[in-house]
Amino acid sequence: MTTAVTVTEFAGSFAEFLAHLSDDATTTLREEAFRYFEAIGFPTPKDEDWKYTNVGSVVSEKWLVNSAGKSGDVGGFNYKRNGFTALNLAFADVVVVRIPSETIVVEPIELSFTAEDGKAIFPHVIIVAESGSKATIVETYAASGRGFTNAAVQVLVEENANLTHYRVQKDSVEAFNYGVTEVEVRRGGHYDSTNINLGAALSRHDIELKFVAEGAEAWVDGLYMLSGEQHHDTHSIIDHALPNCLSHQTYKGVLNDSSRGVFNGKVFVRENAHGTDAQQSNKNLLLSNDARVDTKPQLEIFNDDVKCSHGATVGQLEEEELFYLLTRGLPETLAKNLLTYGFAEQVINKIGIESIKSELDEMVLRRLSTIL
Amino acid sequence: MLLEVKDLHAGIDGKEILKGLNLQVNAGEVHAIMGPNGSGKSTLSKVLAGHPSYEVISGEVLFEGKDLLELDPDERAREGVFMAFQYPVEVPGVSNSQFLRLAYNQKALHHGQEELDPLEFNDYLKEKAKIVEMDPQFFKRSVNEGFSGGEKKRNEILQMAVLEPKLAILDETDSGLDIDALRIVAEGVNKLRSSENAIILVTHYQRLLNYIQPDFVHVLANGKIVKEGGKELALELEEKGYDWVKGATN
Ligand SMILES: Nc1ncnc2c1ncn2[C@@H]1O[C@H](COP(=O)(O)OP(=O)(O)O)[C@@H](O)[C@H]1O
Ligand SMILES: [Mg+2]
Repeated sequence: MTTAVTVTEFAGSFAEFLAHLSDDATTTLREEAFRYFEAIGFPTPKDEDWKYTNVGSVVSEKWLVNSAGKSGDVGGFNYKRNGFTALNLAFADVVVVRIPSETIVVEPIELSFTAEDGKAIFPHVIIVAESGSKATIVETYAASGRGFTNAAVQVLVEENANLTHYRVQKDSVEAFNYGVTEVEVRRGGHYDSTNINLGAALSRHDIELKFVAEGAEAWVDGLYMLSGEQHHDTHSIIDHALPNCLSHQTYKGVLNDSSRGVFNGKVFVRENAHGTDAQQSNKNLLLSNDARVDTKPQLEIFNDDVKCSHGATVGQLEEEELFYLLTRGLPETLAKNLLTYGFAEQVINKIGIESIKSELDEMVLRRLSTIL
Repeated sequence: MLLEVKDLHAGIDGKEILKGLNLQVNAGEVHAIMGPNGSGKSTLSKVLAGHPSYEVISGEVLFEGKDLLELDPDERAREGVFMAFQYPVEVPGVSNSQFLRLAYNQKALHHGQEELDPLEFNDYLKEKAKIVEMDPQFFKRSVNEGFSGGEKKRNEILQMAVLEPKLAILDETDSGLDIDALRIVAEGVNKLRSSENAIILVTHYQRLLNYIQPDFVHVLANGKIVKEGGKELALELEEKGYDWVKGATN
């Protein structure tokens, strides 16, 4: 019922939004997406994919739509993924980043999105790294108050392109964040992503990567560090549809207080994808008895000539590491904080931009001083 | 007296490993504890460092006349007890310099000395690293992560150099070292040796003692010191093997 109310709320906003839209080339697609949204509504825990993440309380609120409605070529987007993606396309505010072929962009390209208190934003980013190009994208979410971000990012890594992608979600702890990242990697392409989830009361990130040609390589790594009542859910799909591609996935979770984490990582190795090398791991550190994580790494292999590994752990700090630090004179609290920091840093250390890395360092440390 | 171990019985998982061990160490002395594998050398080291898995069944350990066993491991460290691990632990994500500075400052704080900021500490660390010929590139790397066996052992001695303990227990610091690394580590230890501190070298082989001359050699077998002597005892052991002293227990 709550969903229906929200759908109606958005219907009013949508009519108004369309009326103000200057460019009507995308209107038909937006209407189609909105109708789809009206038909399916927001996901509920009855959906297998949303079993642990209940968005009911958030979507039932009244949100003020804040979208400039810029258009772009969003044709390839799978808006039927769920109600959020459909709604994103309806209200999409498109940003296109195109890195021309054989071009090396040294400075990171920064994209920053801020949902203000009570407002909903619908960024839709299209990133095309043309053949042989090299660039770094920094995608940041920094909502204030109870802002609602519903984002979609489509990435295309063309032949032999090299794209580094940092996604940093540092919304206020009251915010709500849904984001989907769709990635397609072509022959010889190289995609390296690091996804940091620190903020929001409730956040969900869907990431789906497809190798659409041979000889490509991708890293899909991430960290969720949660405290208080925070809830984060990452659903990831890595699809080896073609031979000789390499994928690496390391996700780490640090959960304190009564926070809740969900990691669901599917890796598909299709029938003809021989020579695949797929490594996946999800490690979680529980710092409190009330914290909880549900992790499900799934490897589905339909070819024998592959090298795959996956695993998940949920646990406390390593006893021997702790003892080692104690024998160097660190008091227990400090030693535990340092180990927790180190656990998180293993993901953050991947970030090659010093200013971002040190900001995240700071955020992690600030989190820790409130932990123990 | 710096360290006094009196009739120590200790073990793990309900199994008694140290069966009445006695040891006396004064400042300025170097003691070698030698013994075959499984004789309890690491157990002694870990009990002295305060490993929570080991239980002391009976006996006493006094450090500067005070009960060492009632102190937590971190308190022991700040009081000046240091153990170089036989198998140094990797601490991913924590840089060596960060870790060492925290450790240094905790000790400084405890003794009412001034803490060092990252820049000051870096200078201090660079000086100390020379003692074990350690490249400053190791400062930035995660503690022991991806270090070779020899690099880990050198890192242990670097930590000792930084923390300047009164009592250092080096558990098989020579194992897994090639001859060059052994020389570097041994020379490092010799530089750190002073009339103010004491060192306990725990080792299986006599080899290390060619480089670091001990004042006393104790032979551990079956959880007890079965023979004691000067540095010549190590040579005798090398020649005759451990069976020779094991016989002495019966
Ligand atoms: N966790 C444990 N549980 C049971 N026995 C142990 C454990 N750790 C060590 N031991 C036993 O204690 C004895 C002494 O071990 P240790 O102190 O490591 O000897 P050393 O260092 O001289 O080789 C050995 O027989 C070993 O098998
Ligand atoms: Mg041993």
